[in-house]
Amino acid sequence: MGIEGIGASVVRKEDRRFITGKGRYVDDIKIIGMTYAHFVRSPHAHAKIKSIDVEAAKAMPGVVDVLTGQQIVDDKVGNLICGWAIHSKDGSAMKMGAWPAMAPETVRFVGQAVAVVIAESKNLARDAAEAVVVDYEELPAAADIKAAIAPGAPQLHPEAPGNIVYDWEIGDQKAVDEAFGKAANVVSFELTNNRLVPNAMEPRAAIADYDSAEEHFTLYTTSQNPHVARLVLSAFYNIAPEHKLRVVAPDVGGGFGSKIFIYPEEMVALWASKKVGRAVKWTGDRSEAFLTDAHGRDHVSKAELAFDKDNKMLALRVTTHANFGAYMSLFSSSVPTYLYATLLSGQYNIPAIYTEVIGVYTNTTPVDAYRGAGRPEACYLLERLVETAARQLKVDPAELRRKNFITQFPHQTPVIMAYDIGDFNASLDAALKAADYAGFPARKAKAKAEGKLRGLGFSCYIEACGIAPSKAVGSLGAGVGLWESAEVRVNPVGTIEILTGSHSHGQGHETTFAQLVADRLGIPINQVSIVHGDTDKVQFGMGTYGSRSAAVGMSAIFKAMEKVEAKAKKIAAHQLEASEGDIVIENGEFKVTGTDKSIALPMVALAAYTAHNLPDGMEPGLKESAFYDPTNFTFPAGSYICELEVDPGTGKTSFVSFVAVDDFGRLINPMIVEGQVHGGLVQGIGQALLENAIYDDTGQLVTASFMDYAMPRADDVPSFKVSHTETLCPGNPLGVKGCGEAGAIGASAAVINAITDAIGNNKLEMPATPDRVWHAIHAA
Amino acid sequence: MSKISMTVNGKAVTAEVEDRTLLVHLLRDHLNLTGTHVGCDTSQCGACIVHIDGRAVKSCTTLVGQANGANITTIEGISKGDELHPMQAAFRDNHGLQCGYCTPGMIMSAIDIVHRHGGDLDEETVRQELEGNICRCTGYHNIVKSVLDAASRMKVAQAAE
Repeated sequence: MGIEGIGASVVRKEDRRFITGKGRYVDDIKIIGMTYAHFVRSPHAHAKIKSIDVEAAKAMPGVVDVLTGQQIVDDKVGNLICGWAIHSKDGSAMKMGAWPAMAPETVRFVGQAVAVVIAESKNLARDAAEAVVVDYEELPAAADIKAAIAPGAPQLHPEAPGNIVYDWEIGDQKAVDEAFGKAANVVSFELTNNRLVPNAMEPRAAIADYDSAEEHFTLYTTSQNPHVARLVLSAFYNIAPEHKLRVVAPDVGGGFGSKIFIYPEEMVALWASKKVGRAVKWTGDRSEAFLTDAHGRDHVSKAELAFDKDNKMLALRVTTHANFGAYMSLFSSSVPTYLYATLLSGQYNIPAIYTEVIGVYTNTTPVDAYRGAGRPEACYLLERLVETAARQLKVDPAELRRKNFITQFPHQTPVIMAYDIGDFNASLDAALKAADYAGFPARKAKAKAEGKLRGLGFSCYIEACGIAPSKAVGSLGAGVGLWESAEVRVNPVGTIEILTGSHSHGQGHETTFAQLVADRLGIPINQVSIVHGDTDKVQFGMGTYGSRSAAVGMSAIFKAMEKVEAKAKKIAAHQLEASEGDIVIENGEFKVTGTDKSIALPMVALAAYTAHNLPDGMEPGLKESAFYDPTNFTFPAGSYICELEVDPGTGKTSFVSFVAVDDFGRLINPMIVEGQVHGGLVQGIGQALLENAIYDDTGQLVTASFMDYAMPRADDVPSFKVSHTETLCPGNPLGVKGCGEAGAIGASAAVINAITDAIGNNKLEMPATPDRVWHAIHAA
Repeated sequence: MSKISMTVNGKAVTAEVEDRTLLVHLLRDHLNLTGTHVGCDTSQCGACIVHIDGRAVKSCTTLVGQANGANITTIEGISKGDELHPMQAAFRDNHGLQCGYCTPGMIMSAIDIVHRHGGDLDEETVRQELEGNICRCTGYHNIVKSVLDAASRMKVAQAAE
């Protein structure tokens, strides 16, 4: 592998700029003559706009203009779109109401923009926004799923009667009913998957700069997928044709899904820039992030799992209501359907599964993909069911899982997914060992003697990543293909630029992608630059989400590298007067195998560009591109074991240990992979113990700041015992599966299973705050 | 408007700013020191931490006037030329950062923690002391490692002086 190749824990190339304060995020960018935008937002969850008076605001010092929702409609800027068409079980298309970038007539969630002030400074824009007078007629609001589907509930959109977006199903209902009919045991319960706010540390921001001479826009924005942003802004919002719109996503301070979507603010900034004839910058503050970044999760489910007399799983039946908020965000429709219900087989051989998902509008912030996106909800539901079953059936939870594990691959589940490879026993065995499972009863007894309740919980997760074969997702309703692109440019002096459609916002692509090149050519990673995040530099690409950058993005680089190497070998063979088949690449040199003849990469590159002596008919240059479309999802899987103690006097939970054993296939950079796991685990633990987006009955988000929404802090979480097992993914050339979301998918069930084990009461919802745990102890 | 003067990263600075200007905005917007970040509106996240007269302070809730005459150090001011501060090096070597947004505040906070505790730090103390800094990427595991590593590096460096 070489010291910087695949498998080496190389320190990150990009770190120097971040640790010295030289990172370049959107808000760090200034453009001469730039103005500042501040949005006027609805304080009501549901209201008619009777009038907007902007005159006083326009007269305020430093105000350039004040623009309203009606103007954006009049200018024929398109409504926001949802890019994945889902059909209800009756065959009807999902029912969606229009989502204008600023509301002209009706507001449907607190924080929805109704007007924007453009001014000479941030403070002046904020001052003037206070002077915009909006006269609202308040309407009753439906603040949660229960309220939205109740008879007589306030209706959000006339297009969606009963606030139902769709009523979707998957699986064989008849087979499931029959299996339940002959079950020896059935385990069932209802559970909520709490709503979360992604809270990337960098708030969203946008700078739009319109060049009237060229009729060209530049948008700097906090995006995980700048080309998708350009495509959507161009094709659906009528901002500008693609060749007249450059989208740049520079350093981006975390995404976790929330920066996939194209939001109203960047649309308004672009439109306003043309209107006022100057660059417009908007930088969200944290309150705006809470109110307007797409939220995550928010499911209410009923689930039943049927077993035969030997404790083998027979069938699973699930009904889930998914809260979409007030509008359908870009990929929201796919999250509780194809990213959730298709993973409900987990690691288990379940012959029949039937799931019904009802998508519901509420007067809340739109909900979309957040780290894991559907898969955490599936894992949490299934792993709590299995743990509950073990207790009900009075069998060891590890053994019940083992008994039902899928052991033969490929495995076709009853819910679309065809698992290609895995070894679930291997990861469970490794986790049991790392957690010293055998010693747990003694530790529990000792804790009891000390007045503490000790519990241990499992979570054996599987996820589907890479996302995904374009033809497959197209047949399921996706509006886009989900391949990735890459270009490899060998410069005339032999240094290399990799242009990738993937986008790094913390994942370390500048290092790991360079490691692939170093591995193949035997050159140092400092000879390789990774270029991403600029539609003017990089060919069309799909961006980063769904743990796809290694499995799909690097596979595209791999393909382009193969093409470059093939051409370089031809050139080397020609220069060395050898046969092309005898050329091997080692330590940056092209060698004639079995001889001492060689030519260094820079000389091959130079030959390609001088073109003085190339094989007959060969084009000059050394640059190739590739598009890689995955053949299947990848299936990272693993076993997590959480051991913790609960103080029965206070309900407070303290971690004893947290073991994570993951199978991500081949690891490119184990240090970075482990960092991804740590971060994911804490987001899962945050959901389990701390985080909760709470709306009151009127639709006010009462947890809209870091003072009210409990973000995990350093002293809330433990250090982790992270290790790996390895089955190489057969679906891509690198054998990689993806590691970005696993922690967030698997952790929450392990934590709750441990707490419920400790307190002896299974009736516990997330977040398991001390208050809830204390009440659960005393209700038991 | 008020005229203020202070020392920032060893250089004398004077500026005329609105009285309501926050220190973080002076640094970012007037002095172009964009390494100091704003992550929240409520003094919770610590992305904005700088040193004022050697102590870690949240610059998003400090009015410029409060720092008038003070000696300010930001993330841009802690390395000696190309030589990284031991805390910066420890964050890099232990993968103590991912997206990098919270990192300047983390590093400035961590330096202050080590100064206050000397090299006598343990994991629990570091975790408690980092209460005022939020990171969404790393899960803190490698940040804690970085701070402990830097503490011993700084102890060694101090002993050598």
